[in-house]
Amino acid sequence: MLKPGLAAIAAVIPHGASVLDVGCGDGALLAWLRDHKGVDGRGVEIDPVRVASAVARGLSVIQADAEAELADWPAGSVDYAILSETLQAMQAPHRVLEQLLRIGARAVVAFPNFGHWRARLHLLLKGRMPVTKSLPVSWYETDNIHFCTVDDFRDLVRTMGLAVEAEAHLSDGRRVPAASANWRADTALFVLRRG
Amino acid sequence: MASVAIRVEGDLRVTLPGPLRLDCGVVLEGVEIAYTALGTLNAARDNAVLVCHALTGDQHVASPHPLTGKPGWWTRMVGAGKPIDPARHFVICANILGGCMGTTGPSSLNPATGRVWGLEFPVITIADMVRTQAALLDVLGIEVLRAVVGGSMGGMQALVWATAHPKRVRSAVVIASAARHSAQNIAFHEVGRQAIMADPRWRGGRYAEAGVTPAAGLAVARMAAHITYLSEPGLQAKFGRRLQAREAVSFGFDADFQVESYLRHQGMSFVERFDANSYLYITRAMDYFDLGMPLADAFRGVATRFCVVSFDSDWLYPTSESRRIAQALVAAGCHASFVELSSPFGHDAFLLEAPELNRVVDGFLRAGEC
Repeated sequence: MLKPGLAAIAAVIPHGASVLDVGCGDGALLAWLRDHKGVDGRGVEIDPVRVASAVARGLSVIQADAEAELADWPAGSVDYAILSETLQAMQAPHRVLEQLLRIGARAVVAFPNFGHWRARLHLLLKGRMPVTKSLPVSWYETDNIHFCTVDDFRDLVRTMGLAVEAEAHLSDGRRVPAASANWRADTALFVLRRG
Repeated sequence: MASVAIRVEGDLRVTLPGPLRLDCGVVLEGVEIAYTALGTLNAARDNAVLVCHALTGDQHVASPHPLTGKPGWWTRMVGAGKPIDPARHFVICANILGGCMGTTGPSSLNPATGRVWGLEFPVITIADMVRTQAALLDVLGIEVLRAVVGGSMGGMQALVWATAHPKRVRSAVVIASAARHSAQNIAFHEVGRQAIMADPRWRGGRYAEAGVTPAAGLAVARMAAHITYLSEPGLQAKFGRRLQAREAVSFGFDADFQVESYLRHQGMSFVERFDANSYLYITRAMDYFDLGMPLADAFRGVATRFCVVSFDSDWLYPTSESRRIAQALVAAGCHASFVELSSPFGHDAFLLEAPELNRVVDGFLRAGEC
């Protein structure tokens, strides 16, 4: 069983597609896509322990720093470049988006929404950086350095001239409407292509 | 050929039926190859795994060495319940061309002169070694290898296999290796060769006729090389500055330190099982090794799946060399995995207990079998 966030991504990947999962972790999504959708998948992951787990699953995963090394991937080499729960850990998220859409015909980006009401309430009432179920680590030890809200991301997509082909927003694993996603969604998912 | 499972095991030897044309232009006739085989070749003849040995290794990958009596050099990787399992795989490991454990090399007889080749043996390359292995597989009737697996120089052979015979190799495992020998690698090898050639008993390579061996030179070569196989933290942990069987330094040149007597022991035990001229030829072959620039061109159009593994404490074939291979594989659009594993043991880590390495190789090989 995939976690709801990954299931939402899996739902937008068609059968038999080719995929590059950037920040693929231990390969849970790639393995699921291979086993259930016949996807030709590859992965990039920075943590060697997770890479070893993914390779032990029989996946093709390269240990690399996505920000420094995505440039090695050939342009147009996959149907979908996936960035799941990794955007917020990037030094330059916009450059990574550019790379995703250079490598893939489409990019699937899923990220935690910092505009979620629980995060807002936490900051408003406690005056402290939110530590919630979807953001469980304290500010000083988190890998996440570039938080954004759904609306921030939409702005970035517009600024970069990218087209949103589809979006999905989740709250506790349930779908919420795009219109109210900025405050209701804990996780946002966008399918992008070059505009 | 009948499609039935074939079981041949043990120490085996073939003489190639045809000539072998080498990179240097020389054509060798009657090349002998000594190899071991474990397991059963299935009826489809598609479960063969070729294990390629490193510089001073040999065909005794999982069986006791006939000269030293020690267990095979890769019993941690090859055997029942191990990633390379004779229950699933037909495991082949051949002594390389230029070696000294039964395959034709500088210590063999030159059929044209009737005397030991010595330095008249042609200079060989890694590609020549692979050519010999391919000819062996032709003799055995094996068209496709499920995998070629090798560490260090064995990894170089795996790279050549996949790039020179891409249709014959389903997957390749390249551990603690490189796509070219660096200047530092060449420099260390030159130290070893000079040590051998400086030994008066080497006699221009014609020591066999005189019934002597350049043991001192070969031992020094091994001692220098052995340091490169370890890491400073590993050496520090194992020996530190501890003294050997004494309370104080001797103010002389005995092996005062434990690390000195360890190296002397490594050198002395090596000369019992290895030929000095083979050491010259094989190190030369490694020095010449370079898959070219840009490296990605070597991998273009290759359908072989690759698994590249490095160790963080390996300074002889550092992670940067493995990453270079990984980047080229990615650029060429190959199916490739790359991981840097953590170990305190330096380059030797691939031969030692490394559960993560086994997990990775096992998962990688199994993925290609479904």
